[in-house]
Amino acid sequence: MAYEWHRKLEVKELTLSVLAFVAVVIGGLVLLIPPYFLQGTIEPVTGLKPYSALELEGRDLYIREGCNTCHSQQVRPLQTETARYGHYSVAGEGIYDRPFLWGSRRTGPDLARIGAKYPDSWHWIHFRDPREIEPRSNMPSFAFLATRALDTSLTARKLEVLRSLGHPYTDAEIANAAQDAERQAGEVAARLRQDGVVLDETAARSETVALIAYLQRLGRGIAFQPTPAPTVTQTAADAPAAPGGR
Amino acid sequence: MTRSESLDSPASRAGAEPAVVYDMDVVRGFALSALIWGIVGMTVGLVIALQLAWPELNVGPYLHFGRLRPIHTNAVIFGFTLGVVFAGSYYAVQRLCRVRLFSDGLSRLHLWLWNAIIVGAAVSLVLGHSTSKEYAELEWPLDVAVVVMWVVYGINFLGTVARRRERSMYAALWFWISTILTVAMLYVFNNLEMPVSLGKSYSIYAGVHDANIQWWYGHNAVGFVLTVPILGLMYYYLPKQAGRPIFSHRLSILHFWSLIFLYIWAGPHHLIYSPLPDWAQSLGTVFSVMLILPSWGGMLNGLLTLRGAWDKLRTDPLLKMMVVGLTFYGMSTFEGPMMAVKTVNSLSHFTNWTIGHVHSGALGWVALTCFAVLYYLVPRLWHTTLWSVRLAEAHFWLATGGLVLYVTPMWISGVTQGLMWRATNPDGSLAYTFIETVAAIHVYDVLRAGGGALFLSGAFLMLYNVVRTIQQGESRAPAPSALVAAPAAGAR
Repeated sequence: MAYEWHRKLEVKELTLSVLAFVAVVIGGLVLLIPPYFLQGTIEPVTGLKPYSALELEGRDLYIREGCNTCHSQQVRPLQTETARYGHYSVAGEGIYDRPFLWGSRRTGPDLARIGAKYPDSWHWIHFRDPREIEPRSNMPSFAFLATRALDTSLTARKLEVLRSLGHPYTDAEIANAAQDAERQAGEVAARLRQDGVVLDETAARSETVALIAYLQRLGRGIAFQPTPAPTVTQTAADAPAAPGGR
Repeated sequence: MTRSESLDSPASRAGAEPAVVYDMDVVRGFALSALIWGIVGMTVGLVIALQLAWPELNVGPYLHFGRLRPIHTNAVIFGFTLGVVFAGSYYAVQRLCRVRLFSDGLSRLHLWLWNAIIVGAAVSLVLGHSTSKEYAELEWPLDVAVVVMWVVYGINFLGTVARRRERSMYAALWFWISTILTVAMLYVFNNLEMPVSLGKSYSIYAGVHDANIQWWYGHNAVGFVLTVPILGLMYYYLPKQAGRPIFSHRLSILHFWSLIFLYIWAGPHHLIYSPLPDWAQSLGTVFSVMLILPSWGGMLNGLLTLRGAWDKLRTDPLLKMMVVGLTFYGMSTFEGPMMAVKTVNSLSHFTNWTIGHVHSGALGWVALTCFAVLYYLVPRLWHTTLWSVRLAEAHFWLATGGLVLYVTPMWISGVTQGLMWRATNPDGSLAYTFIETVAAIHVYDVLRAGGGALFLSGAFLMLYNVVRTIQQGESRAPAPSALVAAPAAGAR
């Protein structure tokens, strides 16, 4: 019988286990190893800098709150997609992204090139209550982030760990990580106040500020043209009141 | 006293060898925990579905969609499904090998460690300790615990197989052996990370490499947690329930080897049109399409097992669940490869279509099969009959109805959103703002929550039925002497 050879396997648990393992190892090796030897997936794009202390903390908050469950950060090379979001994502942009945050579902819009698209104060209001800007939005309110001062006790350690993984942080950047974060938070807070946002002391160095700093740098580490607001032709009646309808 | 049993062990029937006293305590533990985690996970699923429809339902820092969604996925995949796999495989391996589980100590350690991990996962995810990588969100201390737990399972299961008194290993065992080995590999390599503190770490992979290994893991979590071990359950429990041998042993062989070999290559279909190198994306597509063959081979092997026993489908809710489960397996293993084709993927990716596809597999195939296995196990574990077959029948219809009401709106909303994203005016400009595509699918978000609620209500019926069955079993429990046919010394 054609399958007699398999009968012999069915009585040998070790051989069967080894073969079952070999069967799954082959595909893994072929898919996972070669990309490490391909240019483009390992070289950063020109001009890409590692995240600043505050941006990194903002990124970790983005992960903590699970923003990636609803927002992708991966623009596909399709015309309608680049028209909406900007230049498609390239491998060299993600060199400092641990973990990657491409996402798998766009309940909300892609954020790969959200940086500089809206002023800081837009984000401030939007985090407080997305429906203040867009009544049809189904994003949760993240008002609580503005009431929590950013914890920078681990920031230096984070930079150090990332340097051990190859991110080019200097000794000074690591030593001054917390102060750097404070300084950049001050800059964001100043811009927010300029736009008329009222901030108490906690709010001015809150988690929202770090998150805004992170979002504002997204997609800008690379020398692409800043993305213009998408051109959507529609009647005035349909147009959203604020630029939230991207 | 250990409430072990040997009533249906072949050895005691043969009467020649000392009777085997099977360890059913651990099976009882896993069956009950799985049911509870299933209810918890599905309830969270319903909550987050409602949150998508009505964002006001997001509460404060801890109970919003972003933090709850991983709890839903982890609870139903690792709490419910794996729990049933542990229960079902521990029950079957002892019978297929005619030997008690390798180690009582390891069995107990496995059960408690696994439950502790699920609790730890829920707490740490609510607190925001997440790596963000889908189905691998747990931070490194829990990852370490998961690896220990898995090694315990591996030793206990493979040790049992190695000591078997049955010469040949039946197909179900191959599927579980493959699960143990492959999941170990996937989990360890995807979760390699550098700790910052107890609650925070950074992946040792960056950007495109991280995406590549994550979806090698993520897709094969679907493959080797939600498919291969469930097929193991199907290969054991479907013939048992139908009272007929598996349709074809040859087909089992083909099914097993081609499925595990092909599955592992399909991960990049999650990364089509991404910065992942094109050749890898293409491999993902090609292998996904090839996967139709073993998947349908397995489905047919299950369905054809019922040849000559189809009449049982009229009266047996367990067989109904298994058969509808296999049908959904066939459907979603056709849909998946289609979605892995670039043209279809450009429309379906990032939309609700993907979520609908996952649930047609996870609710239709995995959950229905797991329900059937639990209905099979519980009366036997408590030495009684199912308290109410009619309630199980009602569960079947609620689950199937809920499933259809869930999946259909997801297809429609996925295709709607995909088409709206790509719609252009004659001058080439985009026809819709993003928020218009959100508003357009609101009604489907409501409908899918309704489907989920139906599905969940069926699970609650099951919980009630199981509790009553256990009560019935305990009140009628035979004396210990009747349970253990042979002296304890004869065990193993």
